[in-house]
Amino acid sequence: MTHGTILSITGLTKQYDSFRAVDNISFSVDEGEIVGLLGPNGAGKTTTINMILGILKPTGGSIKVLGKKLEKRRSEISNKINFAAVYAHVPANLSVRQNLYVFALLYGITSVRQRIGALMQEFDLEHFADTKAGLLSSGEMSRLNLAKALMNSPRLLLLDEPTASLDPSISRLVREKIKEYAAKTRAGILWTSHNMNEIEAVCDRVLFLSHGTILLSGDPKTLPAAHGKEDLEELFIAVAREPVSLKE
Amino acid sequence: MSLSRTLAIFVRQLFLLKSNPTRLVSIFLWLIIDIIQWGFISKYLGSLGQATFGYVTVALGAIILWEFMGRIENGIMMAFLEDVWSQNLINFFASPLKVREYLGGLILTSITTGLAAFLAMVAVAGAAFGYHVLRIGFLLLPFMLILLLFGIAMGIFVSALIFRLGPSAEWLGWPIPLVLSIFAGVYYPVSTLPATLQTCAKLIPPAYVFETCRAVLAHGTLPVDFAWNLLAGALLSLAYLVATSLLFVGVYRKNLESGTIARFNAEAL
Repeated sequence: MTHGTILSITGLTKQYDSFRAVDNISFSVDEGEIVGLLGPNGAGKTTTINMILGILKPTGGSIKVLGKKLEKRRSEISNKINFAAVYAHVPANLSVRQNLYVFALLYGITSVRQRIGALMQEFDLEHFADTKAGLLSSGEMSRLNLAKALMNSPRLLLLDEPTASLDPSISRLVREKIKEYAAKTRAGILWTSHNMNEIEAVCDRVLFLSHGTILLSGDPKTLPAAHGKEDLEELFIAVAREPVSLKE
Repeated sequence: MSLSRTLAIFVRQLFLLKSNPTRLVSIFLWLIIDIIQWGFISKYLGSLGQATFGYVTVALGAIILWEFMGRIENGIMMAFLEDVWSQNLINFFASPLKVREYLGGLILTSITTGLAAFLAMVAVAGAAFGYHVLRIGFLLLPFMLILLLFGIAMGIFVSALIFRLGPSAEWLGWPIPLVLSIFAGVYYPVSTLPATLQTCAKLIPPAYVFETCRAVLAHGTLPVDFAWNLLAGALLSLAYLVATSLLFVGVYRKNLESGTIARFNAEAL
C-alpha cells in the first residue's frame, strides 16, 4: 500500500483581529486515509476546512494539495477537492437534476448526463430527479449533497458533520458510501463530527483541536486508553473541559 | 477563463427563470406598464401646443433605452441576489469557479434578460403607439452598447456593495437608476440642469447617449459633437466597467480574508 500525501498543512494560522481561530497547526492526510478532525464547538475545525476549500484566506502557513500550493493554484486544485457540510446545502430552488447539472459544469465534467445518471443511481435519487432540493427530506438532501461532493471524483473530500441531523439508518448509509469511496479511489478524507462512535467506526486517525491548536492525534481505537479515558467520547469531553491537562 | 464554468452560472439562472413564472413576469411586467403609461403621457403632451417633433418618438424612445439600461443593471443584481438568498456563494466559490467567471455568468444572464425585455418593450410600444425603434437608424446600436456597458458596470457596482455590506444592502440597487436619471438627460436636455449638475452629467455615459438621440430626432441630422459624444460615452462606460469589476474582485478578496463568503448571511462587516 502506497502512502502518497494528498493534503499537507504546515503552520496554518487564522487570526481575526485579536482572536486566533487556528494557531499554527500542521498535519497531513494520506492516500486512502480518513482523518477525523475533532473538537468542541469553536475549536477551529470549520475554519480549517474553509481555508482548505479556499474560501477563507489563512493569515499564515501553507496548504498543499497533491503537492501543489493552494494559494497559487486555487482553481486547478479545487477541481481535485470537493466537500459536503451541514451548513452548505445545494440551492433549494433547483431540482436534484438541475443542481447536479450546474455542479457538473462547474467541475468541468465531460460526460455530464452519464455522470449525473450514475450519481443519481448510486445515491438512490432517481425518483427525485425533478424534485426541488428544498422539498427533500434531510436524508435525501444529505444524499444529494454527497452526490454533489463526489461529482468530480475528488482526490480530497472534506466532510463537515455530514451526518448531523440524520437518523441512524441514513447515517450508516452515508458512512458506508464514504468508506467505500475512500477504499475504491484511494482519496483522502477529512471528516468532522461530534458523533464519536461514528468517528471510531470510520477514521484511521483523529486530530483533536482545542482553541485552534492540535491537542492530540492518533488512532481513535487506542488514543482514549493512552490518555486514561474509557472511550473517545470521554476523551472528547476532557478535551473540551480540561484541555491543558491533555497537552501532548 | 473556463466557458463551462461561466455557462454553469448562466444555466443556473435559466433554470430559475424556467422553474418559476414569477421571475419571468418580473422581467417584463413593470417595463410594459412603464411603456404604456409613458406612451399615453407622450400622446397627450404631443397633442398640446405646436410640437415640431413626435413626443411619442422622443419620450418613448428615451424611456425604452433607459429601461433597457436599468434592466441590465437589475439583471446582474437579481442574479447575484439569487445566490445570496439561496446561500449558494460557498458552493460556488469552493468550486474551481474564478471570480471573473462568476461575473461573466451574471453578465451573460443580464444581457439575455435585458435584450428580451428590450424586444418586449419595442413590440408593445410599436403595437400600441406606433413607435418605430429604428427611427434614429442604426445609430441606435452603438448607443445601446454604451448603455449596455454602463448597465453592466452599475449592476456589478451594486452587487459589490451587497457583497461587501451583506444582504440587507439589497435596497441600494433599486434607486440607483432613478438617481442617475436626474443627470442622464433621459427626460429633458442636460442644459435644463443647473451648472453644477451639468458638470456631474458629463461623468455619466448615458447623458451622451440621450443628448445625441434627442438632437438627431429634433433636427433630423447628426449633431456636430456626435463623434465626441459616442467616444466619450463609450470610454466612460468602459472605465466604469473596469473600475466596478476591480471593486467586485477587491470585495471578494476582502471577504476571503474576513470569512464572509462562508458566513455571508451573518452580515459580519
